[in-house]
Amino acid sequence: MTQAPAEIPAKREITTKPRFSDRVFRAVVTSGGLSSLVILGLILLFLLFNGYSTLKSQGIHFLTSSNWQAVVNDAGQFDAKNSHFGIAAMLIGTMIVAVIAVFIGVPISVGAAIYLTFYAPAFVKKIMVSAIDLMAAFPSVLFGLWGFFVLESSGEYWAKLLNKYFSWIPIFKLPAPYVNRSPFIAGLVLAVMIIPIVTSISREIFSQTPLDRIQAAYALGGTRFAMLRAVAFPYARSGIVGGVMLGLGRAMGETVAVYTVLNIVYQVNWHILFSAGGNVASMILLKFGDASPQEIKALMAAGLVLFVMTLIVNSLANLIVARTGKSGR
Amino acid sequence: MTIEPGESQGEEMETTTSKGSLSDISAARLQKQPGNSALGVGLEARGVHAWFGEKHALANVSLDFWPGTVTALIGPSGCGKSTFIRTLNRMHEFIPGAAMAGEVLLNGEDIYAPGVDVTKIRLKVGMVFQKPNPFPSMTIAENVLAGLKLAQLKVDNKGELLEECLERAGLWSEVKDRLNTHGGALSGGQQQRLCIARALAVRPQVLLMDEPCSALDPGSTLRIEETISQLSSSVTIVIVTHNMQQAARVSDYTAFFLSDGGPGQMIEVGSTNEMFSRPKDKRTENYVTGRFG
Repeated sequence: MTQAPAEIPAKREITTKPRFSDRVFRAVVTSGGLSSLVILGLILLFLLFNGYSTLKSQGIHFLTSSNWQAVVNDAGQFDAKNSHFGIAAMLIGTMIVAVIAVFIGVPISVGAAIYLTFYAPAFVKKIMVSAIDLMAAFPSVLFGLWGFFVLESSGEYWAKLLNKYFSWIPIFKLPAPYVNRSPFIAGLVLAVMIIPIVTSISREIFSQTPLDRIQAAYALGGTRFAMLRAVAFPYARSGIVGGVMLGLGRAMGETVAVYTVLNIVYQVNWHILFSAGGNVASMILLKFGDASPQEIKALMAAGLVLFVMTLIVNSLANLIVARTGKSGR
Repeated sequence: MTIEPGESQGEEMETTTSKGSLSDISAARLQKQPGNSALGVGLEARGVHAWFGEKHALANVSLDFWPGTVTALIGPSGCGKSTFIRTLNRMHEFIPGAAMAGEVLLNGEDIYAPGVDVTKIRLKVGMVFQKPNPFPSMTIAENVLAGLKLAQLKVDNKGELLEECLERAGLWSEVKDRLNTHGGALSGGQQQRLCIARALAVRPQVLLMDEPCSALDPGSTLRIEETISQLSSSVTIVIVTHNMQQAARVSDYTAFFLSDGGPGQMIEVGSTNEMFSRPKDKRTENYVTGRFG
């Protein structure tokens, strides 16, 4: 008689019964975690609900045209036929100013992070880290005022220098000799504002560079610079990209500081030194005070576009971090 | 105790070779125990002390490392052997608050002298660490040649050097078909041999190994011990180990370190055979026979 095949038992379900206190705590932290998601969702719904009518009536022109006119007829009624809402200049302006900020701010931030992690003596490091944290908490309107009264005048000099020597590059051309309140100045102010966040993220990543790899580089006769290139940079690269994207997001959404220094003009302007720029967030602030109910709906739509744009930048950041992340780790 | 180069002590006079050729040295090696006469060749520690902040971690260690020998440093945890080995290529100073006294002479020159280029010292005195630490962003080939890049050295035939170093580290046959894959995919033992190959690529005169097998399985340990034996003819090796059998298997000389609660000290040094069969000091005997530690 052959042996009966061994019977394979059904898989058991493995469970644990959490204590009551565990469940309460779990509920508290879960609701905390979910609330940010819920709030974000509600804001998105709110913007969609209010901005929908404008998006529908303007169609793709909302994104491609730079014409912003809320026409009121003689009877004081909103004239939907002759009103136009287009934010192309604002969208492009937002990107230009944010990119300028990243271009100027990131090298400074990464340099500061390297100095703080690998070069600075302990007491300098301590002072500078708290100074940078303070800078992050500094009210943005003060940056705006400083930019308006201080940076504006020195920035004018730099702008003229750039124009004098680099005007063969199209973006440094000046269509007319006005360099005040330009995207360049706004970008400078924003650069100062994103330095704290990019610096602290980069510093955090650099300081996590595994000590055994640093020692391996030194033990092979590497100088500090060689060690940075071979070990610290590959390790920190993806984290720095993440920090830069966060900085870019902040630069795109910043309102008050940009509003203070930038001359907002409803026309696409690629000449960064010229006194004409655009910025979605600042435009919303500019128009909000005396906007008719219909125009407010258009502003909501603009807000929605800004929201989506920030979302895209953040997703892009995640994608880049995920793709470059593994190799240096 | 600090002795000027050129000066020597009594009976060891006749074996002192100043900048001698390798054959002189190996002849001397037959008669010579590691002592504290100035050799002018190889690596010599003279009255080395080490501190971490206020803590005096190592006191007055004088020890010679003859060219072409393997010296094992043994002793219980906290006796200062790792600290000592790290003073030999100036890795000690990376620890905040670390200080040292005494001299470490490489070919008769004090490596702590003012104006010495520390990166050049570390090129001559290489190091393999306890935990394998290949660079994960680099391929196997790039890892081996990383030292050249780090120290900006030029080599005519990189392919040849790559094969030679991997061969000497006993890894060539295992990785020759995947030189351009990342080093992180190797096993722990292979990674450690990769690190040895990497250390060899800059052609060090001395190779310091700080418990190179403590994170490895017995098979990998055996491979690395074979590697050490093969290397010893061309490179001076100093190895810290907790494994007494390992010290007995791979080393020519053994130094025993011990701390009695104060700073670590070198209790005794001698040929490995003698240290394990008839040590002079009672404490050494207790340790090597496994009565403590």
